[in-house]
Amino acid sequence: MENYAIEMLNITKRFPGIIANDNITLQLRKGEIHALLGENGAGKSTLMSVLFGLYQPEEGVIKKDGQVVRIHNPNDANRLGIGMVHQHFKLVECFSVLDNIILGVEPNTAGFLQKREARAKVMALSEKYGLQVDPDAIIENITVGMQQRTEILKMLYRDNEILIFDEPTAVLTPQEIEELMQIMKGLAKEGKSILFISHKLNEIMEVADRCSVLRKGKYIGTVNIADTTKEELSRMMVGRDVEFVVPKAPAKPGEPVLTVQGMTVASKAHRNNAVRNVSFQVREGEIVCIAGIDGNGQTELVYGLTGLEPLKAGRIDFLGRNMTRMSIRNRSLAGMSHIPEDRHKHGLVLDYTLENNMVLQRYFEPEFTNAAGFLKKDNIRKYAQRLIDEYDVRSGQGPITPARAMSGGNQQKAIVAREIDKNPKLLIAVQPTRGLDVGAIEFIHKQIVKHRDAGNAVLLVSLELEEVMSLSDRILVMYEGEIVGELDPKKTTVEEMGLYMAGAKRQ
Amino acid sequence: MKQKSSLIRNDGFQTFITSIICIILGLIVGFFVLLLINAKGAGKAILAVIQNFFQYPSFNAQLKYFGSTLAKTAPLIFCSLSVLFAYKVGLFNIGAAGQYCLGMGLALYMAICLQCPWYLCLICGIAAGALSGALGGLLKAKLNVNVVISGIMLNWISLYGMNMLLKPAMDPAGKDTFRLVNKAKSAVLPTLGLDKIFSNNQYVTIAIPCAVLVAVIVWIILDKTKLGYELKATGNNPNAAKYCGMKENRNIILTMAIAGGLAAMGGSLYYLSDFEQWNVNANAVPAMGFNGIAAAFLGGLNPIGCIFSSYFITHITMGGGNVDLSHYCAQIADLISAVIIYLCGFVLFFKTLINNSLRKSEERFTEEERAAVKAADAAEKTAAEAAKNPEGGNE
Repeated sequence: MENYAIEMLNITKRFPGIIANDNITLQLRKGEIHALLGENGAGKSTLMSVLFGLYQPEEGVIKKDGQVVRIHNPNDANRLGIGMVHQHFKLVECFSVLDNIILGVEPNTAGFLQKREARAKVMALSEKYGLQVDPDAIIENITVGMQQRTEILKMLYRDNEILIFDEPTAVLTPQEIEELMQIMKGLAKEGKSILFISHKLNEIMEVADRCSVLRKGKYIGTVNIADTTKEELSRMMVGRDVEFVVPKAPAKPGEPVLTVQGMTVASKAHRNNAVRNVSFQVREGEIVCIAGIDGNGQTELVYGLTGLEPLKAGRIDFLGRNMTRMSIRNRSLAGMSHIPEDRHKHGLVLDYTLENNMVLQRYFEPEFTNAAGFLKKDNIRKYAQRLIDEYDVRSGQGPITPARAMSGGNQQKAIVAREIDKNPKLLIAVQPTRGLDVGAIEFIHKQIVKHRDAGNAVLLVSLELEEVMSLSDRILVMYEGEIVGELDPKKTTVEEMGLYMAGAKRQ
Repeated sequence: MKQKSSLIRNDGFQTFITSIICIILGLIVGFFVLLLINAKGAGKAILAVIQNFFQYPSFNAQLKYFGSTLAKTAPLIFCSLSVLFAYKVGLFNIGAAGQYCLGMGLALYMAICLQCPWYLCLICGIAAGALSGALGGLLKAKLNVNVVISGIMLNWISLYGMNMLLKPAMDPAGKDTFRLVNKAKSAVLPTLGLDKIFSNNQYVTIAIPCAVLVAVIVWIILDKTKLGYELKATGNNPNAAKYCGMKENRNIILTMAIAGGLAAMGGSLYYLSDFEQWNVNANAVPAMGFNGIAAAFLGGLNPIGCIFSSYFITHITMGGGNVDLSHYCAQIADLISAVIIYLCGFVLFFKTLINNSLRKSEERFTEEERAAVKAADAAEKTAAEAAKNPEGGNE
């Protein structure tokens, strides 16, 4: 019999109208990195919630080291040595790294904190696993990569044996991803068992030993990474062949749609200028991509273009009109769409139904509101249903599902559907495929190319180098608020782009 | 089976049921409080609370006091609508009491000191409340001042401001303002013959149908119109509202202005019905505004629900006034109605409870069905396997 750290056998979990987990088996060997792969809404999160005792399965058992265990709540999971790094970190922003690590298990004598031994233990762990952190740094001042290392140390500090990483690379830069991969390998070598939830096939191929695949709540199978290919994994996940590179004809750029001159935007977080004297053009029929490491002014650039932040200097012309001081609504009416970076902050009203979110940019149009100011609910329903069908937005109750109850990937699809269906002359897409599985990414990439081929301009902001290389017709690299290079994706390499992104090279 | 479960899942029905549970609980706890204070009179006292006007033997008297209860219900409906409207847009209008006070003060001043007709008094009252609300909204929109803080401040400013304003309207015989029938007949609200229906109760005025009408209008605005869509979006996610080009600051100010106008309309209409006079030495804002919060929540944050919850709260408060004072002290009426109103705030709590137990029973139900489903599944699976179609599971 094999030596399993944790086993989830024949787990079935139902919700009204949906079987989230249908007879799923997941066996994690001691000391292995086991990837859990599945589309958005395939049931990965539900399965993890079962493991953490947030849901009780209707069927199936969980075994730890061969013994059946019952997990009623996250505390039980903790006691069994199961720890998790969430996609969105659970850290206290204004606490130091050390304080965050010991949070909840503070060593104390009669209520007085004993930080010295905690510090010693944290430093020892940090050394042992190569997790560089500054224990006294405040969370809000450190990089995302270091925040993640803090989360990992949190698990190690609690002597967790089973470590779950929930889409850990979604927020990291390429360099940080590379570091994380090394850390994970080191942890596995030290005997920790790792469950790696991801839909990035390259990372799974690089780091995992085995991979279990879920599709639409069903268990498809477990494969050895050494015996499989990226193509096979994606086929198991999506149920069909997936094209990784979107077929696209060479761009036929036409008239300029957007002309930016000397744009300067202040940052909200600090007073300095996040975008400094940036000038560029986007023409009809081309996809221009802004590449760069997160936090180099891309967010503020988009805020300036869409009107969410005022410009400190510069001028924006859109289709021959000066748009520098135009309101957000008028920019939208003039033919600009915006797929926002943060779907929960800007993209959706989470407490609204899906159908109400679908008309967020158009609710005031005569199609949806009559002259007296009453909403035409039938038209809204019909319109939402059409977008749901066309873009395959999956949800429990269709148009009347609260947006909050939908999975992240489907929320993103809903936003993409809404913004592209407006048929904008300029589509500003910020990380349009963030958190999506390969099938959905393929679909959205195709939609973006189709939109370009219809003679529209697309400005894509992306942190994913692969996406940048495969989708763009021109690449502008941003570094510390400036555009430091314009590259042709056909003539450049990822390595060269990396040099520009890191500020080592500029034109 | 299915129909029954869908009825209990219906939001409106849940609100209704939970409100009833809260009312019953409130009455039981109220009864125990009475028992604790003085066991002898408790039964009679709680009966008085529930009965309110039904305690009068003659039908005509019952009808007359029913009219009075309705006359006192109307302003509460307005206050609860005010709280509800702001709440739907993500703001907590604790300033309803002050706005109510402003509506009262301006209306009485216009009536007694300037001898204006009732509609002018009403319009001015509403305008004053709307302005006060807008001020709170402005502070929130421009300086991000919490509307609860500014609301509480404005409550006191409104109270003492109105006391000062109404000094010349004080009847030297007491501390109250003049009765309108004596001093400003043209300012008394028309009754449209409603008074005749309620055994010549002159306080039954157009304020009552007005309140019901406004509740319906609020429901329509929030649920059916573009304005409601915008306001609720702003309340739920101001960033998203800004992103899609709504004027989120304007929406916040507008919401507070409407909420303020609603509360003030209640104050104006109530005092213009001449049912009560204002004590110009009052040193506490009228409880009406705060009861509006309770009524809004007891009504399940539904404008139509507010009509009934407001009536209920007024009913028990008036009933509390009939408690035999030989057994209890004078404050007992307020105490009992406060206990009941307090428990009314638990509507949302009970709703969550119901939904949780529903989910649990759903899980149990599926467990029972499991065997059947499993058998069917297995049959399907073997069939699919027999057909040697690996994609068979994918419909």
